[in-house]
Amino acid sequence: MDVILFLIFAAIALVCAINVVLQSHPISSAVSLIGVMGSLAIIYLLLGAEFIAAAQVIVYAGAVMVLFIFVIMLLNAGKETTTGRSFMSQLLGVPVLIALLGLLAFLARHMYAPDAMVHFGGFQGGSARAIGAALFTKYLLPFEVTSILILIGIIGAVVLARKELD
Amino acid sequence: MLSQVPISWFLMLSAALFATGVAGFLFRRNIITVFMSIELMLNAVNLSFIAFSYQHKQVDGHLFAFFVMVVAATEAAVGLAIILTVFKNRQTLNIDDVDSMKN
Repeated sequence: MDVILFLIFAAIALVCAINVVLQSHPISSAVSLIGVMGSLAIIYLLLGAEFIAAAQVIVYAGAVMVLFIFVIMLLNAGKETTTGRSFMSQLLGVPVLIALLGLLAFLARHMYAPDAMVHFGGFQGGSARAIGAALFTKYLLPFEVTSILILIGIIGAVVLARKELD
Repeated sequence: MLSQVPISWFLMLSAALFATGVAGFLFRRNIITVFMSIELMLNAVNLSFIAFSYQHKQVDGHLFAFFVMVVAATEAAVGLAIILTVFKNRQTLNIDDVDSMKN
């Protein structure tokens, strides 16, 4: 059952990810990316990460993608035009990319013990309580630094996107 | 054994998603799609973190994924503001046209 669920959602994630790259219209890419993020949330649930799955849906599929679609609509982005300048990069890129994928898959297959198996409910430590406890004890300083980072991000976004007054 | 998934499958899915993100980053010319490819790569890395966290039965990987999410959200806000500014100044979304720092 777990294998079937994993295969279904991994296939959806992979097909949507390839669709992100292949679609020529940014809106289609954005909707495909929402598909990737939704199916990844299900896979996180399989791995026992309840809080991260919820955050994935709320933050990524919700907030970030709404921001993307908002900007695409605002700029009225149409189909992408190719200038032909990137032909060499495609010619060189495809074999290098396949080599990268093969290397990563090889490492994943051989670095890990074959008896490491995942089943639903095998790891219970991903609840909001456990994450909160770790976040406010062991990772308190990174958490506070993150809040400063977000503040800088807000100020940067406002400064960049404001209208020139003069 | 239909009830147990090998952990390497998750890592291979993560590798495939990451490679797809790299492909989108290199091949696409639309600045917004390039940006979405970066988000795709960040998601792939998050999946690796969660899988490692399961492997070691520790919650630390989830925290790393959480921080990656926070940074990605901030990066999306600032990056899209930069895209708005670029479009306002140049009326284009093609990254081949934004090359004034070349040479």
